[in-house]
Amino acid sequence: MSKMHIHTTINGDQVDFLGSPQQSLLDALRDEVGKLGTKEGCGTGDCGACSVIVDGRLVCSCLMLAAEAEGAEITTIEGIADGDGLHPLQEKFLEHAALQCGVCTPGFIVAAKALLDRDPNPDERTIRYWLAGNLCRCTGYDKIVRAVQDAAEQLAHPA
Amino acid sequence: MGEFAYVAPRNVADAVGVLQDHANNGRRAQVLAGGTDLLVQLRGLDKAPRTIVDVKKIEETNRLDIGGDEIYIGAAIPSAILNENQELKSLLPGLIEAADLIGSTQIQGRASLGGNLCNSSPAADTIPAMIADRGICVIAGSGGEREVPVEDFCTGVGTNVMTGDEFLLGLKFPRPPANSGDAYLRFIPRTEMDIAVAGAGVSVTLDGGGTCTAARVGIGAVAPTPLLVADAAAALVGTAVDDDALAAAGAACSTAASPINDKRGTVEYRRKVVAVLCRRAGAIARDRALAA
Ligand SMILES: Cc1cc2nc3c(=O)[nH]c(=O)nc-3n(C[C@H](O)[C@H](O)[C@H](O)COP(=O)(O)OP(=O)(O)OC[C@H]3O[C@@H](n4cnc5c(N)ncnc54)[C@H](O)[C@@H]3O)c2cc1C
Ligand code: FES
Ligand code: FES
Repeated sequence: MSKMHIHTTINGDQVDFLGSPQQSLLDALRDEVGKLGTKEGCGTGDCGACSVIVDGRLVCSCLMLAAEAEGAEITTIEGIADGDGLHPLQEKFLEHAALQCGVCTPGFIVAAKALLDRDPNPDERTIRYWLAGNLCRCTGYDKIVRAVQDAAEQLAHPA
Repeated sequence: MGEFAYVAPRNVADAVGVLQDHANNGRRAQVLAGGTDLLVQLRGLDKAPRTIVDVKKIEETNRLDIGGDEIYIGAAIPSAILNENQELKSLLPGLIEAADLIGSTQIQGRASLGGNLCNSSPAADTIPAMIADRGICVIAGSGGEREVPVEDFCTGVGTNVMTGDEFLLGLKFPRPPANSGDAYLRFIPRTEMDIAVAGAGVSVTLDGGGTCTAARVGIGAVAPTPLLVADAAAALVGTAVDDDALAAAGAACSTAASPINDKRGTVEYRRKVVAVLCRRAGAIARDRALAA
């Protein structure tokens, strides 16, 4: 199978990799680029575990071909923290125990980051609708919503 | 047999060239827009090689033009971008609501009107809304461009009028005249992320006295293809789109429907629900026209 040379920027770094034409961006991120933070839950767009930001838009990386990422800027969960410090969303997920097994967590944090980039002060309803494409089978959603609200608060009023 | 390949032509001629070349040589090509249907299908049982023709890099499939007479929406524009366009939203709120119903935030970032239409699912949410808004498909192929009304586009479950060398460039809508309104409603068992059990799109235009001068009704998920229901529209024209007229329009939708029984709903249930949706969408469209 002939491979394609794909040029991207991932979390600010230039990353070129070889991918096959029918490979999803999710599989390429995990298998070619070695970024294992992005998870596969369903592979069919239903669970959001594979969420990444591509050119400013939140997408399911399982529903995008790697080839479509040519020239794209991608943010994955590995790009959320700033240097060694955790992002407020990550801190608040820990603080609120908004995760158990953690498979859904990268997707939730990337999706919540995309929301806060757009709307720094979302109300609960907005958060719930925005995150409707992210499924968690462990925690229930309340802790996740609280964590996002708290992170928004902290971003607005850094201690 | 061949292999999988991915191409992203930059203009219409190149895209048609690839499609035609494949059609002539008995090779398989599949058009890709947002991929929210196609990538799911690629994971299915059919693993046969093909060329994926990504049409998102073509100007005509991305153009959004709101003209004095006509609105043109590129086939590949994601719902999220349509939803962020306040002018479009105020002109065709029902269509944008329908597009906004598709999937989650993640899906919205990719899913297009063209993909929803070309996938040709009976339950596709935007098709009844496009029918209500008098949408016209602009199709490119080796013979040049042709136009097909949205209600004539789907030919069966998952099939449509396009031939192997054709693809959809965009959709045209007449700019709604003054005192017009549209709306789309669907019924699903959940509040988000589900497939319509029934759907109805309605558009109406009123005169200065509030009498309906023109109407269109499209219904979905209650027949092998989305349908234009002329009798429902006729029940509204000449009335004030009052409860009686809306009830008559709803009854016409029930009559036009030929639904199936499945786990999502029985035949009787779908017939009944499509009438309710038509009534409610009609009332919203009327109120929007009065407010316009
Ligand atoms: C989690 C999830 C939820 C969903 N929810 C809904 C929902 O609520 N309502 C609903 O209606 N749909 C829903 N869908 C289905 C899908 O998102 C929509 O049908 C969407 O509009 C498809 O658009 P796309 O751009 O992603 O199409 P693609 O997947 O790129 O294409 C779909 C089909 O159309 C063809 N095609 C696409 N563009 C063109 C073109 N320009 N010319 C010729 N052929 C073309 C492709 O070859 C393919 O067969 C959902 C999907 C997922 C994964
Ligand atoms: S793995 Fe992509 S949405 Fe579930
Ligand atoms: S923590 Fe296990 S799925 Fe969310």
